[in-house]
Amino acid sequence: MSKFKKQKKELPAISTASLPDIVFMLLFFFMTVTTMRETEFKIKEPVLPQAKSTKRVEDKNFVSTIFIGKSRDASKSGDVIQLNDKIAQVSDIKNFIMVSRVGKSEEDISRMSTVFKADKTSKLGTLADIKKELREVDALKIAYAASQTRKDQ
Amino acid sequence: MAKRSAPEINAGSMADIAFLLLIFFLVATTMDIDTVISRKLPQKQEPGSPPPPEVKEKNIFEININRNNQMLVEKREYVVLENLKDKVLEFLDNGGGLGSNEVGNCTYCKGGPDGVVDPTSSDHPNKAIISLRTDRGTSYEMFVAVHDVLGQAYIELRNREAMRLYGVTFDDLLDQKFNDKENVELEEKIKKIKDLFPEIISEVEPSGN
Repeated sequence: MSKFKKQKKELPAISTASLPDIVFMLLFFFMTVTTMRETEFKIKEPVLPQAKSTKRVEDKNFVSTIFIGKSRDASKSGDVIQLNDKIAQVSDIKNFIMVSRVGKSEEDISRMSTVFKADKTSKLGTLADIKKELREVDALKIAYAASQTRKDQ
Repeated sequence: MAKRSAPEINAGSMADIAFLLLIFFLVATTMDIDTVISRKLPQKQEPGSPPPPEVKEKNIFEININRNNQMLVEKREYVVLENLKDKVLEFLDNGGGLGSNEVGNCTYCKGGPDGVVDPTSSDHPNKAIISLRTDRGTSYEMFVAVHDVLGQAYIELRNREAMRLYGVTFDDLLDQKFNDKENVELEEKIKKIKDLFPEIISEVEPSGN
């Protein structure tokens, strides 16, 4: 009956060899699904209006974003424009578009679009001034950013 | 000297390194995808270039928004946002006459929600222009809401035509295209549907100051 003699066995340690693999998998998942956090806001973060008939931005590399919102300084009224990380004037728009075109082929330039991320309380006057500048530099593809409400709502 | 086998590299800290990277990406990135309503600006008018062709009054659907965000349609009717879509559908889907580019009558038009063709409304979807006139004081929220309604109207009509021709909605076609960018056949279908109801929206430079 020695076969059934109780064997004193120590519990084997749980192997953690596959832990890096699991973590790497998670890492790659997040790297592919997420996008880098964008620019820091110098203006009050714009609250986008809501819309149903929106489309996804196809390629972020071909998008230049113009932010329009209120100044952080509450005593200042009116809309403020932010380009990249700086507060800008309407006259800076042309330059901004030109800079975004540097090093791109003719074909790529025609694919570029300008996205307005404007606060819903902002007025159309500012937007109209910007559009005029965009027409001057032939940047005709524009898009209004809006947060999507569900289609069935 | 005795040959020594290379010692195994300790991979115990690999998990820590990976965790560190993972946490970095969790903090530095965001999940949200930008959603937009795309439109096109008109080309710059060079001085001395020929004036734009005349368009018949009945082929223009004029929307006027004042600085108090009130909307006037076709210069005579005060409309709230909820009723705008039916008005737009009525106008786009009218098909009261001949289209441009010798396409003839609109065979797929249904005359809008009420099914009646109005001779004083648009001739053909490819001639129907929506003109959006705003004030500098109009709020962006209202402006986007109106664009949204216009977009919805076009999507509704395009969905209808895509259902009729291909048995799937236009939204589904676009979704398929998004996941399969190289598909030429899909692209042709999308283009065809778009040509049936082309989006012609013109924004008039805002008035006021």
